[in-house]
Parts: sequence; C-alpha cells; structure tokens
Amino acid sequence: MMTPRSLFFRKCINHLLSLFTFFSISVALGGMGWILYTVFVHGLPVLSWEFLTSPSKPYGEPGAGVGNALLGTLLMTLGATLLAVPPGLAGGVYLAEFGKHSSLASVLRFCANVLMGLPSILVGLFVYAVLVTNTGHFSGLAGTIALAVIMFPVILRTTEDMLLMVPDAMRESALALGMSRMRATLCIVARSARNGLATGILLSLARVSGETAPLLFTALFADTWPGGFFTEPTASAPVLITEYTTNSPFESMHAMGWGTALVIAAFVLLVNIVTRCFFYENRH
Amino acid sequence: MIALLLTVGIFVQLSIHAAEAWQHFGISFLWSSEWDPAIDSYGALPHIQGSLMTTALALIVAIPLSFSVALLLSETPEWLNRPLSQCVDLLAAVPSVIYGMWGLFVLVPLMQDYVQPFLLESLGLLYMPGGEWLFGEGGSGFGFMTAGVILALMILPYMSAVMRDVFRMTPHMLKESAYGLGSTRLETTLYVVLRYGIRGIIGGIFIGMGRALGETMAVLFVIGNLMESPAGLFSCGTTIAATLANNFAEATGLQQSALFALGMVLMAMSFGIQLLTRYYLARTCASRGENY
Repeated sequence: MMTPRSLFFRKCINHLLSLFTFFSISVALGGMGWILYTVFVHGLPVLSWEFLTSPSKPYGEPGAGVGNALLGTLLMTLGATLLAVPPGLAGGVYLAEFGKHSSLASVLRFCANVLMGLPSILVGLFVYAVLVTNTGHFSGLAGTIALAVIMFPVILRTTEDMLLMVPDAMRESALALGMSRMRATLCIVARSARNGLATGILLSLARVSGETAPLLFTALFADTWPGGFFTEPTASAPVLITEYTTNSPFESMHAMGWGTALVIAAFVLLVNIVTRCFFYENRH
Repeated sequence: MIALLLTVGIFVQLSIHAAEAWQHFGISFLWSSEWDPAIDSYGALPHIQGSLMTTALALIVAIPLSFSVALLLSETPEWLNRPLSQCVDLLAAVPSVIYGMWGLFVLVPLMQDYVQPFLLESLGLLYMPGGEWLFGEGGSGFGFMTAGVILALMILPYMSAVMRDVFRMTPHMLKESAYGLGSTRLETTLYVVLRYGIRGIIGGIFIGMGRALGETMAVLFVIGNLMESPAGLFSCGTTIAATLANNFAEATGLQQSALFALGMVLMAMSFGIQLLTRYYLARTCASRGENY
C-alpha cells in the first residue's frame, strides 16, 4: 500500500508536522494572550471606584458607571444558580445512583445533552415565548430563568460524572453498615464527590456570568439600578458591553465597554483558575 | 424530569410561535431570500447560507489547528502538558462577548488594513479568474472571513479537548509497534492513531460545528449584518443567530413569527448535529468495548 519513500523525505515531513504543531499551539495561546492583553490595556484606564459603583447613564452625562449592570449580572447569576443547582444535583444523583440503567435515565441523558448543545440564543427565544409574552414585560427574572435553563443540564451531567467517579466499594460499605440508600448517597457518596460537585457548579456559574445571547430579549437593558427585578428590564454587564460597542459611535462608551469586559473577564478567569487549582490539589 | 420537560417545551413553544410564519409562507420560507419588513415578506435563505458559510470557514481554519494542538497535548510529557491543557481550556472560558469585542476593535481593522489589501491587491488574487466570485465585494474588514477566524478560535478548545482524549485512548502497544517498525511520528499518527480514533475525531468536529452554528455574539459583532445571501469571503452578511439577536426585540406580528421559524431551523440543525455527534462518539466507545 505504501510506496517507498526516502528517509530524508519522511523526516522532512515529520519535522514540518512538528513545526505546524508548535505553530497551532502558539496560535491558540497567542490568540488568548492577545485578547486578554487588549482587554487589559483598554479596560484598565477606565477602572475606578466611581466607575464600578455608579449606574450607567445616557451618553454625555457626567459620573456614568456600570454599577447597575454589574449588580444585575450578580443577581441574575446567583438567582440562576439557586434555581438550577437543586434540580441539577437531584437529577444527577438520580442518573448516577438510582436509575443508572433504566430507559428513563437514558432518555434524560439524551435530553440533557441536547440542551447542552443548544445554541444559547434559542434558550432566550424560549424564555421570551414562555415568560415575556405571557407576563407582558421584560424582566430580570426572565433573564435569570434563561441562565438557569443553560446551567441546569451542565450541572446535571457534571454531577452524574462526579458521582460515578466514586468507587463502588464506598457505596457497598455504607450499605453494609445498615444505612438506607438515601443516607448512603447523601452522607457518603455526595460527600466524597464534594470537590467535584463544587467545581462543576462554579465553572458553570462562571460560564453563565458571561452569557449574553439569552439576555438580549429577556432581561433587555436599562439605565437604572435593578429595582423592579421581577417586572422591569434589568441591566447586565454582557448586554451593556454589546450595547456600548455595537450601537454607539462614542469613544467614551467604547472605553466603558472595555472596562466592563475587563471586570467580567477577570471574574470568569479567576473563578476558573482558582477552582481548577483547588480541584487539582485535592485530587492528588 | 425537568430536562425532558424543557427539551420538549422548547420544541413546542418554538413551533407554536412559528406556526403563523409557516402557514403564511409554507415550506418555501426555507429558500426564499427576501427579508423586507415593509411588505411583510420573509425568507430564511440568506441566514441559513450565512450560518453554513461561517461554520464551514471556522471548521476549515480550526480542524488542522485543533488536530495538531490535540496531538501536541497528547504527546508532551506531563509537566508541560498540564499547564498547556489548562491554558487551552481557559480559552473556552472567555465569554463570547469579549471575543466579539476583540474581533470588532482589533481583528476588523487588521483585516481591513493589512490582510484584505494584501490578499486582494498585493497578491493579485482579486484579478485571478474567479477572484470576484470567491472574495466578493470586500474591503470593510467585516464579513464572513473575520467571523470564521473568530469562531475558529472559539471552537478550537472544544475540538482539541475531544481529540486529545481520543488520541490518549489509542493503546500504547499499537503506537509502540508502529514506532518499532520505523515509522516517524507523523506516520504513526496518520496510519495508527487516526485510523483508530477516526470516529472520535469526527465526533469532535461535530461538537465544534454545533458550537460554531449557534454562536451569536462573536458573530454579531463582526459579520456586518446585511440581509443578503453571501457574495464572497470578504462580503458582509448575516447568520440565523445574529439575525435573531439583532431584530427580535423590536419585531412584532408576522416578523416575530418568522424569527421564531428561523429559530426552529437553527434548532433543527443543531439537533441533527447533536444526533450525529452522539452516534459517532458512542460508536468510538462501543468499538473499544466500553459502555457509554
């Protein structure tokens, strides 16, 4: 099948492959470095206490900041976590412990995978159809629910994976000591998988805090503090970035967008790095 | 249970709200290319074409890159491997708005000032036969090529993570036998690792494809948002997700329904890709005798 080729030729091709490999990893890492560098350089001059704490204002008014958007993002992310974690954990426990091989479990797993692969803008569309059209107004709550819908399958699947990593011997010893199935799950299995679960939750939290698409037509945007969280449009940092950079010709607003981007990127990367280091140390 | 309800719920809701548009335009909605709110005439063709084109471009750029990144990650020693993997994973964690912003303020001017003039004028690609057809009217820096590059960077970590795992699953015995027969590393990869894990690699590519297809923000910033069928690599256009993000908040009546119908098209596409991914990844695992 293989035609004879000279050793020199083969070695050349091999070295070319190595070169290309290093080229690609430098594209990947360089790309990330470049993006972070740009965000940092443009965002840092804008950052100040006032910028972080005062609410956003229409162009031209002095003392504008992004405090309301940051608070809105915080509220929505935390709300989404509260909504998504209990059912996610419960579902994961069911998949890993109780209904491992049942046909319902495989259907659920399939659905969770479909949800995970679903473009996030479709989640926004769905929440709009269910909540915004029925209640008649955009609200922070709708945004929260959209984020929760995105978070839920991720938590479900991580929980399942983490629980499956717990050795069966643990379960058997717990059951042999006379614990009920539920107690064994809660006190022994869940406890030994605790770090993994925390990592999963934190990473999905970091992911949704930067999500924009599902918020565009659920939470919308507002120049006020998130006062009427359940009834009024609520500002969020990613949507603010979008508004300020695509819909505004003004340099100062672009700069504010960069500042917000820096805050969000720093938060997301920090959570990622810290959880990864933490988890890595615990695993060994 | 909630997972099941949500999945079914999303399907049902999208179909209910899209029903009006389907009734109005019928199946020809899919290949009508008009989009004019003034006369309430909508068609999905430019959006579908745009989505497919950005995805295809992103894949063309990302497949060789992620393949070799995965190769490097699976072959390097542990001490170098771990930080590198972590860095590549971090690339996936950066929010997509930030990619979009970077694209808008860094990549677009770069394409406009250097890359496009260089390719079109200096290399004279525009004047070669078919150049007009290939590149379209460009020069603004916005357009499909820019979107493709950004998407490629975004989907690279997902694809290389899957491929890396597949490469690692290749039994050492097989690789060592190949080396023992005098193969170079490239030949081992091509004839052993690639043969062994081809389904997993295809699965990884599908994962990247699903991501690229549904990505909204990064594309929205750089695509140019022109409701026309793609005219060339450097011309502006739109994708399904970008159209939704741009027009949905203001749309009412039939237009909104048409947007829901677009959402359904996107959903069908991503669902199809999901099925294929599952199929290929499950086949890979099944051929190893692992249960999945």
